[in-house]
Amino acid sequence: MTIGELARALRARETSSVELVQETLARIAASQAINAFITVDADGALAQARAADSALARGDAEPLTGIPIAHKDVFMTAGLRTTCASRMLEHFVAPYDAHVVAKLREAGTVLVGKTNMDEFAMGSSSETSYFGPVRNPWSAQCVPGGSSGGSAAAVAAGLVPATTGTDTGGSIRQPAALTGICGIKPTYGVCSRYGLIAFASSLDTPGAFARTAEDCALLLAAMAGHDARDATSLDRPAEDYRRLLAAASATRPLEGLRIGLPREYFASGIEREVIAAVEAAIAELRALGATAVDVDLPMVKHAVPVYYVIAPAEASSNLSRFDGVRYGHRAAQYRDLTEMYCRTRAEGFGAEVKRRILVGTYVLSHGYYDAYYLQAQKVRRLIAQDFARAFERCDIVVGPTAPTCAFAIGAKTNDPVQMYLNDIFTIAANLTGMPAMSIPCGFTPDRLPIGLQIQGNYFDEARMLNVAHRYQQVTGWHLQSPSPASGGEGRGEGLSP
Amino acid sequence: MSFSPDDVTRLARLARIDVADDEARDVRDKLDAIFGLIDALQSIDTAGIEPMAHAQDVMMPLRDDVVTAENRRELYQAQAPAVADGLYLVPKVLE
Amino acid sequence: MTWEIVIGIETHAQLSTASKIFSGASTAFGAAPNTEASAVDIALPGVLPVLNRGAVERAIRFGLAVGGAINRRSVFARKNYFYPDLPKGYQISQYEIPVVRGGAVTIATDAGEKHVRLTRAHLEEDAGKSLHEGLPSELGGVSGIDLNRAGTPLLEIVSEPDMRSAAEAVAYAKALHSLVTWIGICDGDMQEGNFRCDANVSVRRAGGALGTRCEIKNLNSFRFLAQAIEYEARRQIELIEDGGSVVQETRLFDPDRGETRSMRSKEDAQDYRYFPDPDLPPLTIDDAWIQRIHSAMPELPEAMRSRLVAEHGITDYDAAQLTASRELVDYYHGVCKALPAADTASHKLVANFVLGEFAAARNRADVAIAAVPVSPADVAGLLRRVADRTVSGKIAKDVFDAMWAGEGDADAIIERRGLRQISDARAIEALVEHVLAANAPIVAEVRAGKEKAFNSLVGQVMKASKSKANPAQVNEILRRLLAR
Repeated sequence: MTIGELARALRARETSSVELVQETLARIAASQAINAFITVDADGALAQARAADSALARGDAEPLTGIPIAHKDVFMTAGLRTTCASRMLEHFVAPYDAHVVAKLREAGTVLVGKTNMDEFAMGSSSETSYFGPVRNPWSAQCVPGGSSGGSAAAVAAGLVPATTGTDTGGSIRQPAALTGICGIKPTYGVCSRYGLIAFASSLDTPGAFARTAEDCALLLAAMAGHDARDATSLDRPAEDYRRLLAAASATRPLEGLRIGLPREYFASGIEREVIAAVEAAIAELRALGATAVDVDLPMVKHAVPVYYVIAPAEASSNLSRFDGVRYGHRAAQYRDLTEMYCRTRAEGFGAEVKRRILVGTYVLSHGYYDAYYLQAQKVRRLIAQDFARAFERCDIVVGPTAPTCAFAIGAKTNDPVQMYLNDIFTIAANLTGMPAMSIPCGFTPDRLPIGLQIQGNYFDEARMLNVAHRYQQVTGWHLQSPSPASGGEGRGEGLSP
Repeated sequence: MSFSPDDVTRLARLARIDVADDEARDVRDKLDAIFGLIDALQSIDTAGIEPMAHAQDVMMPLRDDVVTAENRRELYQAQAPAVADGLYLVPKVLE
Repeated sequence: MTWEIVIGIETHAQLSTASKIFSGASTAFGAAPNTEASAVDIALPGVLPVLNRGAVERAIRFGLAVGGAINRRSVFARKNYFYPDLPKGYQISQYEIPVVRGGAVTIATDAGEKHVRLTRAHLEEDAGKSLHEGLPSELGGVSGIDLNRAGTPLLEIVSEPDMRSAAEAVAYAKALHSLVTWIGICDGDMQEGNFRCDANVSVRRAGGALGTRCEIKNLNSFRFLAQAIEYEARRQIELIEDGGSVVQETRLFDPDRGETRSMRSKEDAQDYRYFPDPDLPPLTIDDAWIQRIHSAMPELPEAMRSRLVAEHGITDYDAAQLTASRELVDYYHGVCKALPAADTASHKLVANFVLGEFAAARNRADVAIAAVPVSPADVAGLLRRVADRTVSGKIAKDVFDAMWAGEGDADAIIERRGLRQISDARAIEALVEHVLAANAPIVAEVRAGKEKAFNSLVGQVMKASKSKANPAQVNEILRRLLAR
């Protein structure tokens, strides 16, 4: 069920928040094989649900009151374990709430737990978690994408109607595509990063997963807003991201919309089924009134190398605070201070995190800064200029979210470069700071989901969401659910669409 | 770019991460592969291009000079590996 | 062959804000360990820095005071290194583009005034403290980390290598110290470490190329600064004269031995991996802001010094002494204001007293001006009695000491102790007659033309009056009666 449907049911007293939470906890327990959760807070969730039910009874309810949700374990949640899927923070209890966590609390949501992810959000498959890999609800042998794989899998498997995630290079959109749900990364600065455990500060963007564009709009409205504690948070008037969705359904609701099709997004190296599904989706958008224009993004092919300089550089510095002095893991054996640091960090971080720290350390080091870090920042600007030019000719840019559907667990773990290339279409939106989302647009013959990426210009979330919404009104891909037997050992009861 | 064992040692040291001898080979191979990807940047002409450090072109917001933080030492130090008398303890710091 | 010493100084001035540069924690000195270390200061996961307007304002004020340029856009960078008192594993500092560039500080040298050029001044955060002593004894081999100081705002002021002697370096440091306290951006308490100097010292043969420099860190007194530079210059000269060469390094000054010594060389060469802090957009400062700060700037020491000479009629030397410290000149002004007459004589009287008796008493008691127990108004009350000849300058000194000891105001003390000057001619004549009668041999000497003997008679009269006789009248009456 969608948030909208659940909210109506709560108001109509057809169910209660406590009931919803009990069902949710049961589904999570039955779906442990998916490994979508690192921490489940049953007692806390039930207490919040009771409070939500009182608010509903008083008629004092927000649109999200009583709705069970889960947060990616990258967000600080006061009094609740917050691990970032790392041994480094295995036992760390957050002393405060992230801004988006607090906003969603105020909006009445019920937090049931923290979702699994790639360690420190570094990955595209959710396999690097200290707490074990997440499995794709559509196929237990496959990854759900990453890094927000637990959040995506939890929604896809129907465990909760919505989750939060973070997107640094595609970490919301790519798992949304690989699990057949909607995921939105808003414009950088729209949601505060305060309380988000930083991976790459100039790219990290909080966002959300849900089954429909409408639910995404609802969540984003609750999460967005200026936060004086984040110097990169933008002070803009509050926005109703659903404002375009309410308009009556015309036969050609996207009349006048120009969709940009970058040649570079349809190049070789993309799975045939993915191209076919995306082209069908474009045909659907044209049937809804949109016109297609070709756009050129010649620099976008450099997005992956740019990203793999900038993100590790920032990460190497951001992760220096994990030194075993004030919180987190500390090695048991050491002879002196340096050894304490080196062992603590060697034990506390997994292989991919360490690799990225080393890459980042290198590109910032003396003699290499100009050639790598500064050069990457210059190419970043060239990519942003490409998009600025493209958006003079079109309103949104569409294409595949990922070059492939979900791949087998373990298939790319030993080949970081192949893993990095998963993000080839998603990274640009992080480099530019522009909004983007992924919606389901089909399946492979093996019934693995395929995602359509919709990218907008700065602050054009409402338009993006409207395109997704109109598409979802005439298609049924987002209503598909994995059969309970698909994910993990699969005794979970999929929430039927 | 291809990494030597010394490069890896130097980086690991700068980053304060022990790399065990049996991992070093694998780390080196993977760094080589990653830099194979990254090195493509070197050929791009970026003359006259301003580096882009932030995703948004915004100005620094400023905070008023007022004390807003309270003493939360007990809460924070509950997470600490080793404390005494309100101090975080570490192996002796040499100057 | 003569040697020339070349010195540049980097100063860390702690800015006098209430809260830290990037967090809302207090900067008050002396709190229990880690009670002023907020989530941002201890670098909890997920926290972010937000820049304190007060710190930027103070940096701008400094830039304007030294005639430097205020960069309309400056950038905060991360300086990465691991140290337990550096919670984030990096220090936020300004690197490529500082908030202030250029400017100069004027110092007095034996050869006259000299302008020491400034390279730049930039904002940064301080680190915490590692404590090695006073920990429970069962904890051998550990250090304790107190992060109360972490995140305290600093202005790092970098001079050009324009100084040529320890004396010039000290003159520069004193002038800078006086300036930052004058414009109210730094408390200047060197014992609390809120004004610390690093000296870059090199030597060269006169006229030769610059030598290799060594940096001596954390000199927190003017005396140590001078000792460290003198020792270091001598060490370098001897090293070169013995055929060796200077190695560029960081050294520490050991005040107990009066020596500098090499810091244990870092095992890995420092590679700070500076890059722009992605959490902080560029700092932009517009003309209107600079204008507002400019118009609220206090009169600077040099301008005030000229004005005091021109308007108060005091000497340039006195004006320079007074304007060496904001508190001192404020005290001077406080006394002047409380006096009825604003003429040159009054101003000179005040200047003499503040630089003389007042300074001496303060030195004896070793207290800051703020802690002096006598108010400017009370000093004015005393000087009024000097001006109207109720007491002599000599008696005024005793009265001032009594005021310092808390015995009340000047008039009360003069009355109670009967210190009123004797100006009654008949009373003085009686004293003089008595002295002349008792000192016939000296009187004879005076009459024989011995001027020294005259002074001895004056002394005798003053002594007989318990110093209360008006000295001018004593002189006059003595001469008159001797001439009989």
